Order: sequence, then structure tokens, then C-alpha cells
Amino acid sequence: MLENPAAALTIFVLAIFVGFEVISKVPPLLHTPLMSGSNAISGITIVGALLAAGSEHQTLSTWLGFIAIVFATINVVGGFLVTDRMLGMFKKRPGA
Amino acid sequence: MIQEIVPYAYLVAAVLLILGMRYLGSPKTAPRGNQIAAIGMAVAVVATLLMKEVVSFTVIVAGVVVGSAIGALLATRIQMTAMPQMVALLNGFGGGASALVATAELLNYARDGAEPTGIVPLAIVLGVLIGAVTFTGSLVAFGKLQELITGAAVVYPGQQIVNGLLAALTIGLGAMVVMDPLVLGPYWGLVGLGLLLGVLLVIPIGGADMPVVISLLNSYSGLAACATGFVLGNAGLVISGSLVGASGIILTKIMCDAMNRSLANVLFGAFGAAPEAAASGGGGGEQRTAKGYTPEDAAVIFSNARSCIIVPGYGMAVAQAQHAVRELSDELGKHGISVKFAIHPVAGRMPGHMNVLLAEADVPYEDLVEMELINSAFPETDVALVIGANDVVNPDARTDKGSPIYGMPILDVDRSQHVFVIKRSMNPGFAGVQNPLFFNDNTMMIFGDAKGTVLKLVEAIRELA
Repeated sequence: MLENPAAALTIFVLAIFVGFEVISKVPPLLHTPLMSGSNAISGITIVGALLAAGSEHQTLSTWLGFIAIVFATINVVGGFLVTDRMLGMFKKRPGA
Repeated sequence: MIQEIVPYAYLVAAVLLILGMRYLGSPKTAPRGNQIAAIGMAVAVVATLLMKEVVSFTVIVAGVVVGSAIGALLATRIQMTAMPQMVALLNGFGGGASALVATAELLNYARDGAEPTGIVPLAIVLGVLIGAVTFTGSLVAFGKLQELITGAAVVYPGQQIVNGLLAALTIGLGAMVVMDPLVLGPYWGLVGLGLLLGVLLVIPIGGADMPVVISLLNSYSGLAACATGFVLGNAGLVISGSLVGASGIILTKIMCDAMNRSLANVLFGAFGAAPEAAASGGGGGEQRTAKGYTPEDAAVIFSNARSCIIVPGYGMAVAQAQHAVRELSDELGKHGISVKFAIHPVAGRMPGHMNVLLAEADVPYEDLVEMELINSAFPETDVALVIGANDVVNPDARTDKGSPIYGMPILDVDRSQHVFVIKRSMNPGFAGVQNPLFFNDNTMMIFGDAKGTVLKLVEAIRELA
């Protein structure tokens, strides 16, 4: 998909800028959920894990892929769920 | 046909993840933001399963089931005080997964005898290295936070030299892999070194510097995912990984600024290692005694007060006192006293930790005020109540150029009419420096466990009314 290294680097650099812009607007109040939420997003590496485990290339990489899927899924599921649980606790003053 | 839409699906996933992060910017929209991000992740996973390379699903289903079960169990059982450990652990799993993916990819290249080209060999090296460091580094951070291993900085003579040599060796092996990726010997060496470096880089960092370490490892886990994106040539991974990388870097910088220390100083300064540093700290020469008071004494002052700012610190988290503190704030409210909470950026063991604890105890989030916004309010405040915080309220940071914490932004509690400090003992804080706040004329020390003392205070205020 990204055969051209320059294109890949361009996407990388632009994404970093987008990241800085978006994240710097998050107030300190929400820094913990931001962290657990972004944590879940780093589990995107599950994409690579699925490819490694599902491509029937060779037994060793299938097994590495399996462990990678377990790790990444813990990351994704645990991260999103705990963020949701935490965000549910932030409440406005009743009647305010 | 389906194959052709996969790259677009990754684009949709990336947009949803970015939007989700954006919605995390306000407490009202944040829950929706998290859901949008989760949907983005689901889109990426489904798109991957549709790819023609994925031919077998048994292993995938098994892995997803096991991982989801563990993840869900962790997420629903974890106590809010243990959030830093949880995030450390999740960082570690993310990094570990990326290292495994990079390894599996290289093994596939080696088996096919196909030399990886372009940026791929470098991306494999970076992916496995950052991933391995994140994995073991996070496990050590988890161990420290969970108190499975000592939270103090572990230092030994020649530590920097050892780390420096290992780093040089790592770069050498990395270069060998990049030049000749299909010779696997140096690669396995690199894996081992990465795992070792993760341990060695985190053990010399003390418990109270954990907010920085967790933020940094958070960033690493994103960058590792980003590197695997380059390995697989997958734009979705590159975008999401760099998003997390940027987020971790910003938080790391905020944490360092809040301690007025450079990242290098946090990582290599071994702060909080030697207890004897306490004696050499400023103000150690003169013999002054702080006077202890009872909760009843404090209640009398409260009976004439109109406003109170509560300053929570790690001590409150350790004592699980957040619910008692909320009770106190309710009781004060009944007596017409306005209550706000002043949150220092590095209070607790991870960014924003105090906010989550107090939100859990049903303190409305409007009352949780960040340092810059509340500092001007202290001079007009009748009572500042410090619960389990120390270094973040040390006035030496403003005035004593010789103090190790000089220049660190602090909460100006000493400028309020009265200061109550609830503390277990006169032990100096993490930085090992004595706190002159405790000896001020307007300061009353109330010694005791945070939870018990706060509850006694509630009782005493009730009785006086």
C-alpha cells in the first residue's frame, strides 16, 4: 500500500502534526482517560497481528501472531472499556 | 472488489480515531469520542480480515477471544487508584504486540528468501526495538506501581556507562540487521537487548517520576505501532501510531514542565534514590518544630470560614480517602463554605490521576481546577486543606535557589489565610527536601492517616454546627 517511502514518511509527519493539534486541546482534567484511550488506539498494531496469524505463512509466525493478537486485543478491549468506565464517572454538578 | 476497498476502510478508521481523540477534549463529548475511536478500531480490524492474505481464522478467533476476556476482566475489575498500573500494563501489551508483529514479518521474509527493501528493514529494527523496550519497561513500571518491586530508584556504580555500552551495542546490531536483514543472529541479539534495555532504563526512575515514565512509554507504544505500519506499508497504522506517539510526547512534556525538570534529568537523574539527600536539602540546619493540631482545632477554624481549597496528593490515593474527602466537601458545603479542588499536574502517579479519583467519588468536575487557574484564588481563600501532598505545595520551589525543587511550579497554598496539612508524619516528600510550609505561622499540621483524619474532621465539623 505504501511502496513509496517518501509517501509513508509524509503521512507520518503530517499525522504527528495532527496529533499535536488534537491532543494539546485536551484539558488536564481528562489526561488519564486520554492516556488510556490513546493506549487503546496503539493497539491498532492488531492489524499486523491479524495478518501474521491469519496468513498461514509458517507455524512460527502464526504463533507469534497469536500472542500478538492476544496482547493487542487486551490493549484494545481493556483500553476502550476502562476509558468508557472512567469517563462515566465525570459528572456535572446536579442541577447546575 | 472487496480487496480494493480495504485501503479506504483504513482511511475511514484513521479519521474515526482522530475524531474520537478530538472529542476527548471535553468531558461532555468524551464518552462519545471514546466510542467513535472504538468504532474506528473495529473498522480497521474488519478491513484486515477481508484482506486476501488472511486465509485462516481459527488462530485469530482464539487470540481475540482470549485477549478480549483478559482485557474486559482487567477493565471492569481495576480500582481507580490502580489506574496507573493498568495503563502501564496496557502500554506494555501494545509494545509487545508490535515487537512480535515486526518479528513475524521478518521471519516470513527470511523463509521466502525475499530481501525486504526500502524503509522496511529499518522499520523492522525500530518496531522490534521500541516494542521490546516498551514491553519490559512497562512491566517494570507496573511492578513499581503495584509495589511488587521497590518503588525507589535503583542505582549502582557505572550505571550510565553500562547503559551507554548497551545502547552502542544496540545501534551496532541494528545496523547489521538493516544491512543484512536475512541473517537472523543479530536480530535475536537485538530482541534480547531491547528487552534488557527496557528493564535497565526504568529501574533507576523513582516512584513519583512515574507520571513521566508512563507518558513516555505511552508514546513509545504508539511509535512501535507506527513502525509496524511502515513494515506492513499500512497507512492506517502509521497514522494511528503517530497519533498516540504525539499524545504521549505532549503528556511527557507537560509532566516534565510541571516538575521543572528536563526529560534527561527524569530519566537519568535517579531522583529520590538516596535518602541522605534529605539532610543536605535546604533549611535542614535550623531546628524548627511543626505544631500538631487535632481535627477539632481545625473544625473551629472552619466554623468561621467562607471558602476552602482542597489540595489532594498521592497520599490521598494511597489511603483511598477520596470518598471521605467528598464527604468533607459536602459537609463544608452544608455550612455555606465554597469548596474547590486544586489539581497539580503531577499529583498522583499518572497525568490526571487525581481528577479520576475525585470524579469516582462523585465530585462534580467543575470543582476540579487546574493549577494555573486556581493559584490566583489562594490569597482570598480562608482555608487551604492539603491532603497527602508535599512537594507540590513547597514554597521553597519559589524562593530557595538551593532547593532541588527550585523553579517547579507549585500550588500557592501558603498564601491563603489558614493552611491545614493532613500528613502521616514529618517525613520529607519524594524529593527528599524539608517543606517550610509546615513551619509557617498560618499552618496547622494534623498528623494521621488521610482517610481517618478526614472522617474525624467531618465528625468534628458536624458536632460544632
